[in-house]
Amino acid sequence: MRLDRADSPSPQPSPRTRGEGAGFGWLRKNLFSSWFNTALTLVVVALAAVVVPPFVRWAITNATISGASRAACGPDGACWTFIRTRLPLFFFGHYPPDQRWRVYLTGILLVVFATPVMREHVRRRFAYVLALLVAFPMLAALLLVGGVGGLPYVDTNAWGGLMLNVIVSFVTVAGSLPLGILLAFGRRSTLPVVRTLCIGFIELWRGVPLLTVLFMSAVMVPLFLPQGVSIDRLLRAMAALVLFNAAYMAEVVRGGLQGVPSGQEEAAASLGLGWAHTQAFVVLPQALRIVVPGIVNTVVDLFKDTTLLTLIGLFDLLGAVEQASKDPAWLGFATEGYVFSATMFFVCCFAMSAYGRSFERRLTRGR
Amino acid sequence: MIRRPSRRARAAQWVLLLGVVSAAVVLANLAGGNLARRHLDFGFGFLADHANFDIPFRLIPWEVGDTYGRALLVCTLNTLLVSVMGIVTATLLGLLVGVMRLSENWLVRNIALWFIEAVRNTPQLVQIIFWYVAVLQTLPAPRQSIHLPFGMLLNIRGLYVPALVDGTVQFPALHGFNIAGGTQIVPELVAVWAGLSIYASAFIAEIVRAAILSVHRGQREAALSLGLKPGQVMRKVVLPQALRVMVPPLTSQYLNLIKSSSLGAAVAYPELFQIFAGTVLNQSGRELETIMLLMAVFLSINLAASAFMNWYNHRVALVQR
Repeated sequence: MRLDRADSPSPQPSPRTRGEGAGFGWLRKNLFSSWFNTALTLVVVALAAVVVPPFVRWAITNATISGASRAACGPDGACWTFIRTRLPLFFFGHYPPDQRWRVYLTGILLVVFATPVMREHVRRRFAYVLALLVAFPMLAALLLVGGVGGLPYVDTNAWGGLMLNVIVSFVTVAGSLPLGILLAFGRRSTLPVVRTLCIGFIELWRGVPLLTVLFMSAVMVPLFLPQGVSIDRLLRAMAALVLFNAAYMAEVVRGGLQGVPSGQEEAAASLGLGWAHTQAFVVLPQALRIVVPGIVNTVVDLFKDTTLLTLIGLFDLLGAVEQASKDPAWLGFATEGYVFSATMFFVCCFAMSAYGRSFERRLTRGR
Repeated sequence: MIRRPSRRARAAQWVLLLGVVSAAVVLANLAGGNLARRHLDFGFGFLADHANFDIPFRLIPWEVGDTYGRALLVCTLNTLLVSVMGIVTATLLGLLVGVMRLSENWLVRNIALWFIEAVRNTPQLVQIIFWYVAVLQTLPAPRQSIHLPFGMLLNIRGLYVPALVDGTVQFPALHGFNIAGGTQIVPELVAVWAGLSIYASAFIAEIVRAAILSVHRGQREAALSLGLKPGQVMRKVVLPQALRVMVPPLTSQYLNLIKSSSLGAAVAYPELFQIFAGTVLNQSGRELETIMLLMAVFLSINLAASAFMNWYNHRVALVQR
């Protein structure tokens, strides 16, 4: 098989195909350039002819989305009615229906706080980042939990669905990024005790599966609390996710710290800046800029990993889908449920990775 | 206060160390008190106790009533089995998709691209459960088995592959209402295997692509000008050089795959996590010991795997003069 490079002109531009019509030339160049290529195209088309029509029949042509019960659904198509009637459960879990405006409001606030951080040219980005990572979570917690100022109290047990995935991911990022930065500095420290502790911490979390860490938070942590003290199950899981992901963030940030030329540090030192000032105002800003794509990757991974909350009995999107498909009135539609949850995750993760890629392009363009 | 920076640093380290140690002591005391209140002690002696459960899938003999220690061995082997199967399949599939991603053929290139995007952007747990619930549990009964290449059969009871018995290959075949001959791979194992290898293959494909692109194009041009065919150029010139670049990132993918094998618990594949954090923890009530044991075993498997890959990396690394 011949290869062409994505970013360099193809090895032999053939003048022959260029003269012919654009559409035909494109076909010839991309699908039928050699007998091997032609064979590949034919095989792919044949496979698609076998796979695609049944799927389209199942997902679209024979599918049902209207109606209110399973009686509306035909035998040989997808039953999107199941998804449609359960949408509130999939998005909000058991959050009281008359209080859902609080979730919407939190979502709007998130957009308001996150927009300035993600824009390309912003003055005082750091202040906005601080607002997003500190002020917004406090505001959101107040709004979602309630119990003050006339807002009815909503227990975290009622939280669920995609909302839970998003909340947990946000808290995890807000906690693990600062901790990861500290760990990354600690790992590069010249002080042997600090370095050893940081390496031990990072390698311990990176060496065990997330599931054991979550399980630890669920069954082991209560053993280490003084009598009479108990911590909310969701909070414990979040803490576990923060510690776990801080180790991964630390490794990403460390890569960035190593990528900053040592001349920068030397220049800062010659200007009379101390170690802390040098790191905070010269090294770290440059390092973080380099590793934004890596951080975005970690965020995408941890967002996907929040599905593991299902396995410790929390009610995230996957848990909601599993529960809904075990409902006797709707048995047999698990496939639709899993396809739906996979699609939701795909949309969110794809958007995040696309942002990471565009940032990367911006980064290389500036060079 | 201490003026000299070096002394200040040393003092700070001692304070930090003291803080960590005292925190550990406080936690250990709290745990000891809590355990005493529940009339429990801390220790791994329970591993010699007899276990009252069955392990439905195993590589070495297991009977109800064997010790927890043996259960640990059986489950570790199950974890290793699915990890090794996953690593081999993921590498082959990743290599294929990575090469497809660079194909001249527009269709092939884009299919590879969307395969990678779809797999990387959906949770691995959803994928594993999808394979198990939506694919494997909707397969036909043994009588209507799906016939796959190499004499393999696929039905609701799992995948049946030809087995080597006394030097001859024995093909699975329908016998009454069941399949006789060959080796049965239970659907739980198939689901975890598929979930682990397909997920990892998407990441490996990107590694392969980056590695192939990192081989200097002069190498390929030189090989082509020597009269090698494109396929030969790929196999004999480009891939061997790309391999060197690939090993370190591949290592981290392999380690991820081994850790993810614990997701087998979601479909009740009897691996370490499923048996120890589930059955053993419930039967013995030893939260602390089982979780610590699990972490220790996974940590050791990971350290061993990464030591092996480092050794391999050292071996294939280009000797710089």
